[in-house]
Amino acid sequence: MDFSFVLSQSVTQAVGITAILYCLAAMGLNIQFGYAGLLNFGQVAFIAVGAYAVGVVVTSFGGSLWTAIPVAIAGAILLALILGIPTLRLRADYLAIVTIATSEILRMVLRSSALEQWLGGTSGITAKMGKEFHDLNPLPADFGLPFLTWTRQDAWVVIVGWVIVVALVLLTWLLVRSPWGRVLKGIREDELAVTALGKNAYLYKMQALMLGGIIGAIGGILWAVAKGSVQPDGFVPDVTFFAYTILLLGGAARILGPVAGTIIFWFLLTFFGEFLNQAITAGWLPFLDITDVAAIRFILVGIGLMALMILRPQGIFGDRRELALDGR
Amino acid sequence: MTVARRPLLRTLSVALIALMWLVVPTAAHAADAPKIYGTFTAPDGKPVAGVAITATIDGASQSTTTAADGTFEIVLPGTGSVDVTVDTTTLPSGLSLAKVGDESRTLTVISDKRLLFKLTTGGPTQAPTPGASTPAAPNAPPEGSPLSDQVAQLVVDGLVLGLVIALGALGLNLIFGTTGLTNFSHGELLTLGAFTALVLNRMGLTIVIAAPIAIVLSAFLWGWMQNRYLWRPLRKRRTGLIPSMIVTIGLAIVLRYAILLVFGGSSNNYLQFAAQQGLHIGPVSVTPKALILAILSVIVIVVVVAWLQRSRIGKATRAVSDNPALASATGIDVERVISVVWTLGAGLAAFAGVYMGLTQDVYWNMGQRLLLIMFAAVVLGGLGTIYGAIVGSIIVGLFIQLSTLVIPSEMKTVGALFVMIVILLIRPQGILGRPERVG
Repeated sequence: MDFSFVLSQSVTQAVGITAILYCLAAMGLNIQFGYAGLLNFGQVAFIAVGAYAVGVVVTSFGGSLWTAIPVAIAGAILLALILGIPTLRLRADYLAIVTIATSEILRMVLRSSALEQWLGGTSGITAKMGKEFHDLNPLPADFGLPFLTWTRQDAWVVIVGWVIVVALVLLTWLLVRSPWGRVLKGIREDELAVTALGKNAYLYKMQALMLGGIIGAIGGILWAVAKGSVQPDGFVPDVTFFAYTILLLGGAARILGPVAGTIIFWFLLTFFGEFLNQAITAGWLPFLDITDVAAIRFILVGIGLMALMILRPQGIFGDRRELALDGR
Repeated sequence: MTVARRPLLRTLSVALIALMWLVVPTAAHAADAPKIYGTFTAPDGKPVAGVAITATIDGASQSTTTAADGTFEIVLPGTGSVDVTVDTTTLPSGLSLAKVGDESRTLTVISDKRLLFKLTTGGPTQAPTPGASTPAAPNAPPEGSPLSDQVAQLVVDGLVLGLVIALGALGLNLIFGTTGLTNFSHGELLTLGAFTALVLNRMGLTIVIAAPIAIVLSAFLWGWMQNRYLWRPLRKRRTGLIPSMIVTIGLAIVLRYAILLVFGGSSNNYLQFAAQQGLHIGPVSVTPKALILAILSVIVIVVVVAWLQRSRIGKATRAVSDNPALASATGIDVERVISVVWTLGAGLAAFAGVYMGLTQDVYWNMGQRLLLIMFAAVVLGGLGTIYGAIVGSIIVGLFIQLSTLVIPSEMKTVGALFVMIVILLIRPQGILGRPERVG
């Protein structure tokens, strides 16, 4: 058992590119679900829009990354409108069903053979998408700390990614303590009361959906730039539910909840997965195969999600009073 | 998937995707020397060994062949543009790469990268692989038949699909009606039912005996027990509806991947009736098993509806759906009703699962693939209404199949989900739902 390898993998994953993607997805959900009470089960669609905007603009149309980013943001706003117009007036369960359905519709469109020419069909788009971004890389060489090693490119993505996360955390902090944020929380607690005070709850909910969606799309952009590849089946609903688990782990309606949740979630998940990998390789668990680890990790996430919701819905750092989500 | 544009169901029986991705974008751990890796799997799920793959980076080539478990891995000397070629002559005879151009591709590798190669047997008689598409009846008239024949066939296929959806949607709607819970793990009840029958079948019982036992067993194990040991305690704790909904999501993930862990990712068939010659009735072709199952499910649905209308506990169920507090005040044991509804719902779902398993395959995420279609059906018919679930299911089943006349069949589920969203815009309570405030 190579314990230091397990540990270094876990640390790397806890702050790596995947973690940043999920952190941004969960931060978007935090605004939508945590503050506005919108049960958006289709966050992965916003990530997909961000990632595919980069892939399509850069490779299929030969544009630059700097064109792709506004396109991605516009795509996220459009998606929020499409999602929000029919559903934001409806009950939470309808919103949940429609958002998850929309994310699946989007995935099936992305993988359709009719649009393969532009979207790459089931194998997606693989190309160097972030040339402009990587050209700005000031790092002289690969990045190495005792427990943390990245290639030069990855390190650049990770640094920029966390800078974006910090900037968006500050933005969220400013927003939720503004009058806008108070209205949002008011809608979550009692929509009728807010409406009676003359606020247009629908408009506020739409803005929350858009803002959360844009943050998710930024995660998608970063993912495409980092990986140089987008695949439709990377955007299954499970991604949304991982983000929910992260959000609920850290604590919904807490500014730093998604950040703390991400780091803890990916550290634990990677640690467990790598530990299991090593244990199986070492022959300690003869009844398991190395290919079983992925499924076991999923089961663990599912159990975690259930346990959190049942035993500690406010998460590790949350405030129970902030999450009195009960109404229909 | 170029053939999929043919507006016929035959496309479903073409071998599609050989790989079920366990897709979380995982672990591209940083290394100076990234690797490319992947697995070659035949459409039947068996690994393919001995396939030669060559990766060329900066003029330097490295070759490898897939191991006995079908996997390969090439550690590259550095990052950059890599040409990956597959020596197609090393593929076993009869197998070929599904996608033109896959035998040679250029990609940029900046971190570990998993490559996906789809294999196909090329022949159109191949059974559909799990994850190929939405459930559908496997029969289609030969191509070039007149439009009226195609329509007749699609109507029959649509009714068959609609009945499967109805069996699932009925339970979904009963549970929603009595407890208010939107059960995102209802698809897994189908899967569990199908696999319970599979286990009994593999233990030596013929499926004709195994199926009813499995349905009763599933109703008890996955319905009654689930309610008794998960939902009843949660109701006692007064867990809200939104947290409960998230719990069903977690449960769905746990069950789905537990099934994957135990039974693996390949598709299975029951030992009997796996392949059956179609009966030709006029322009329509239908297998005897599909016909018998359709008749049985109509009987089951009629019995359930009659039971809800006539029997004491059925009336109590409708009373609880209408107003739990009032029902409780009039002396109805609400907990008992909920217990009955869970048991019944799981039993119906297990029937739907066996139905799907007999007409297609049994695989780990079969129920999940039907879940959103079931939701579309109940939203269309009216969430919480009994007749609505049935009418909505039949409409959705017909719509999915008939839409293949005008849209590519790979997009037919999209059509159904899209209609659901449109319905929510114009008539949120559904076709048969009472107009009530849903917002």
